[in-house]
Amino acid sequence: MNLKFHNKKITGILTVLPENEVNFDDEIDNYDFSRGQSMKLKLIMGYGKRRVVKEGTTISDLCVFGMNYLFDNNLLKKDDIDAIILVTQSPDHFVPATSHIIQGKLDLKQDMILLDINQACSGYPIGLNQAFMLLEQDEVNKVVVLNADIMSRKVSVKDRGSRPITGDAASVTIVEKNPSDNIIYGTVNVDGKNADALIIPAGGFKMPSTPKTAELEADSSGNSRALDHLVMKGDVVFNFVQKEVPPMIENLLEKAGCTKDEVDYYMFHQPNKFMLKKLADKMGVPYSKMPNNVVENFGNSSGVSIPTCITYNLGEKLLTNSFLVCLAGFGAGLSWASLLITIEKLNFCEIIDYK
Amino acid sequence: MKKKILDFLTEIRPEFDFSESSNFIEEGMLDSFDIVSLVASLDEEFGISIDGTEILPENFSNVDSIFQLLIKNGVTE
Repeated sequence: MNLKFHNKKITGILTVLPENEVNFDDEIDNYDFSRGQSMKLKLIMGYGKRRVVKEGTTISDLCVFGMNYLFDNNLLKKDDIDAIILVTQSPDHFVPATSHIIQGKLDLKQDMILLDINQACSGYPIGLNQAFMLLEQDEVNKVVVLNADIMSRKVSVKDRGSRPITGDAASVTIVEKNPSDNIIYGTVNVDGKNADALIIPAGGFKMPSTPKTAELEADSSGNSRALDHLVMKGDVVFNFVQKEVPPMIENLLEKAGCTKDEVDYYMFHQPNKFMLKKLADKMGVPYSKMPNNVVENFGNSSGVSIPTCITYNLGEKLLTNSFLVCLAGFGAGLSWASLLITIEKLNFCEIIDYK
Repeated sequence: MKKKILDFLTEIRPEFDFSESSNFIEEGMLDSFDIVSLVASLDEEFGISIDGTEILPENFSNVDSIFQLLIKNGVTE
């Protein structure tokens, strides 16, 4: 599905990182690797430091903290917000929607639209797409896109496939109407036939959590996890990304009449360093234009890794410069989505620590 | 080149004799992390980037299949 938007812009991006920092070197004994293999994989995959929440900290805590930071620093006014889109797979509760909890905690006006979207690693561009659609309404002038996940709470400590890379984070992105018409191009694709490639089997209505679903079981690859934990078919996901993402970007650029070289930065979801380097190689994009340093510094926080990649790598630059940026997310669903957008000088573009 | 492939395999999994096996995957000698390590070593050694869509278990089942993969990705004998 190809999308096109007129007269919209991003005006600020904030990343909120949780307080706990975990280092791969301190966790090596959890995994069934030899020490030599661990050290090699550390370099190849980008295993390093991860930010994770303390027990009890929820995504609404991270989002409210970020929003209050913007209010307190006069970067956002409460009454200007006409809609909040929250993209997450780790809601505070099944009922009610977490965006409502956030609206309540922040004491925002009642005359607004709230929308929760259950999307994972492609959630950031999908959330932005929805924001652009809402901005088509006459009365909607400013939309806050919250993207937050705390999937570290759902990954087994003995899952060497997912644990060493999984981090937590939240982001706040402000999207507004734009008098100048820099056209934004987007794509969205889905493949529900591979829905089990990334799944938490238990904990929903189909298989409620019980003491049995919390029991760890070893698989043939040396991982131990419970049905309550995230399970990823790593080879399926890797091949899906390598197969689908390059043609998605080619299609996006073709629709926009833009060459690969004209794009200043490719800010992609950050699954691991190896996967990103392979994507860059296949697409013929230099590593300097496609940063792959988020996992090693903060962990893979699902879709939030995209705004984290922007704030970490372009934070100061985006306060004084405009860049043509290609965003891409890909993961659970399966789903893959992209955006080609000129990010003009932002009012803020930074990372803060949750306290 | 096949000798180099065997050297890398032995470096990654020194407990196995890869010259005695006909299918490394079926016999549980290589898992997906070993394949990632092997690809990184081969990329560096031969100055290539093995196409991500070809990083499939069947392309790493024996020395000959790995050899063919390298040829396909531009390595000359």
